[in-house]
Amino acid sequence: MASASPRLAFIARRLVGLVAVLVIVSFLVFSLLYIAPGSPEQLVLGNSKTIDPATLRAVRQEYHLNGPFLVRYLDWAGSALRLDFGRSIRTSEPVREGITQRLTLTSELAGLAFMITLAFGIPLGVLAAVRSAQLVDRGVVFFSIVGLSAPAFATGILLLYLFAIRLDWFPAFGQGEGPTDRLRHLVLPAVALALTATGLVVKITRAAFVDELQKDYVVFARARGIRPARVLFGFVLRNAATPIVTAAGLILAYMLAGSVLVEVTFALPGIGALLVDSVTSQDIPMVQGLAMLVAAVVVIVNLIVDLLYPVIDPRVVFTRASR
Amino acid sequence: MTASAATGASAGPRRFLLRGHAVRRGLSPLVVAALLIVVAVIVCAIAGPAIAPHDPNAQDLATGISGPSSEHWLGTDDLGRDVLSRTIVGARTAVVGPLLVALGAMLIGNLLGLLAGYRGGTLDTLVSRYADLVYALPALLVAIVVVGVVGGGYFVAVALLVVLYSPVDTRLVRSATLVQRSQPYVEAARVSGIPSRRIIFAHLWPNVLPIAVANAFLTFAFSIVSLAALSFLGLGVGPGTADWGRMLSDSRTLLFDNEWTALAPGIALVLTAASVNVVGDWVFERLSDRGRVR
Repeated sequence: MASASPRLAFIARRLVGLVAVLVIVSFLVFSLLYIAPGSPEQLVLGNSKTIDPATLRAVRQEYHLNGPFLVRYLDWAGSALRLDFGRSIRTSEPVREGITQRLTLTSELAGLAFMITLAFGIPLGVLAAVRSAQLVDRGVVFFSIVGLSAPAFATGILLLYLFAIRLDWFPAFGQGEGPTDRLRHLVLPAVALALTATGLVVKITRAAFVDELQKDYVVFARARGIRPARVLFGFVLRNAATPIVTAAGLILAYMLAGSVLVEVTFALPGIGALLVDSVTSQDIPMVQGLAMLVAAVVVIVNLIVDLLYPVIDPRVVFTRASR
Repeated sequence: MTASAATGASAGPRRFLLRGHAVRRGLSPLVVAALLIVVAVIVCAIAGPAIAPHDPNAQDLATGISGPSSEHWLGTDDLGRDVLSRTIVGARTAVVGPLLVALGAMLIGNLLGLLAGYRGGTLDTLVSRYADLVYALPALLVAIVVVGVVGGGYFVAVALLVVLYSPVDTRLVRSATLVQRSQPYVEAARVSGIPSRRIIFAHLWPNVLPIAVANAFLTFAFSIVSLAALSFLGLGVGPGTADWGRMLSDSRTLLFDNEWTALAPGIALVLTAASVNVVGDWVFERLSDRGRVR
């Protein structure tokens, strides 16, 4: 039995690393205001020709533009810790409100896509592994390669053409009113978003199962007369789970980038579309808020995955050399 | 044990052990098809304007958008431009950028990976930490933010993707170098007084290169999609360029009048990316064994 202390030490170490990464990322995110063409004041004020000194002073105060760079950063980071990223330049609403308003739609989209990914990815991967090198396997592998390679916006438009315009099964654009209508509107975008991740899950599940199925314990279990289904889902699944769960971080990265593309494709006003709008209109405070949100989500999900390992596979012990 | 002997010897028992799961080392029909598609795309990228039946940028506002006809096989877009010609010429931006990204990332990754793996110590720690950090970044999102804020379009995006994708190469080359470093031939070279720069580049590198080359194909496949995505969002190539991502972006309003404005670049993009992936997987499987000594 592993005592609690190495586990706590592991968690503590990971938390320190997590904070360090967020600090580095926040520094880079803060620098966005300075690598953008034009002075920060110009960016904030837009292209207005006459700027009176009072406005300039107020703007400098609000967007932390006083003092040396490091002081400005600390000033900004202090506000950011309270989730205050200032007001959007484009819409002049507070950044936090702009983000929370659109967060629901993106979470629903990503949640639905994640469920589709798991519901299809794992069974298909297992099927391909069991029927390895047969026609079913070839078909599944081919599907996973196409899914994995195809960008979400390309498959999105193809789905849109086929199911919304040709067959008219689903609406083409918009987010819908009420839960059922919303679901109908989100099906196509979610499928487009899930396709890449499903390809990845199929590939990883198949590889993990093919590996495990060759091991002696599978042969012995079959020799003892245990039913194939029980061997597969009782024994093999547990051993194959680690690489699949490890992929969660990768799936998240796909989903984050994919939701940007899918939201733009299907004209859904979520976080991803907001990012593109803000980036193209040089709305730096909004971009900064969104970037920090993404960074926090990525870091936290990866931490959760790390903490899940020993739950899935008790043989995993937290050690100093984590890599 | 030389690298080629290792693969030769392991093929027999390995195939037996794997039974139904035999690793296909020959050319499967899928790989052949993928290779053909890749070659076709490369030909279009080089000689696109000569192959295309029409000038891809010639506008014909009188015709406007139209469906497939004997004159325009895939119809025209809203400015009366020939969709087939634009799709053929679009292969150029689809190939050039990813090629630069793959080569650039390979170069940086090899250099950092070889040095970190061979020298070890502080340099190794620094390089590894840096690679870990960049590796953890969602590349496409970073590219969207930076290219969007800084501007500069296609070639800024290419340069950025080199930086964002090089950690994969760095990590692969570093771990391959670590394996090679403990081989007798490296020790023998060191004992005979060969300077370490020569050991790294003349002795070690050839043994590590196959895995780096194999990975370059996969980087290429990723970059096609990423660059097309940036163009789709209006952050890559300039407006009016015949580029698959850009064409798909424009097609969202044209889809109802001529579906080929979306289908042609969409299918071209999906087929190309999938084919490069298939070829990349195949090359990786064949070459990655050679870099390692089992």
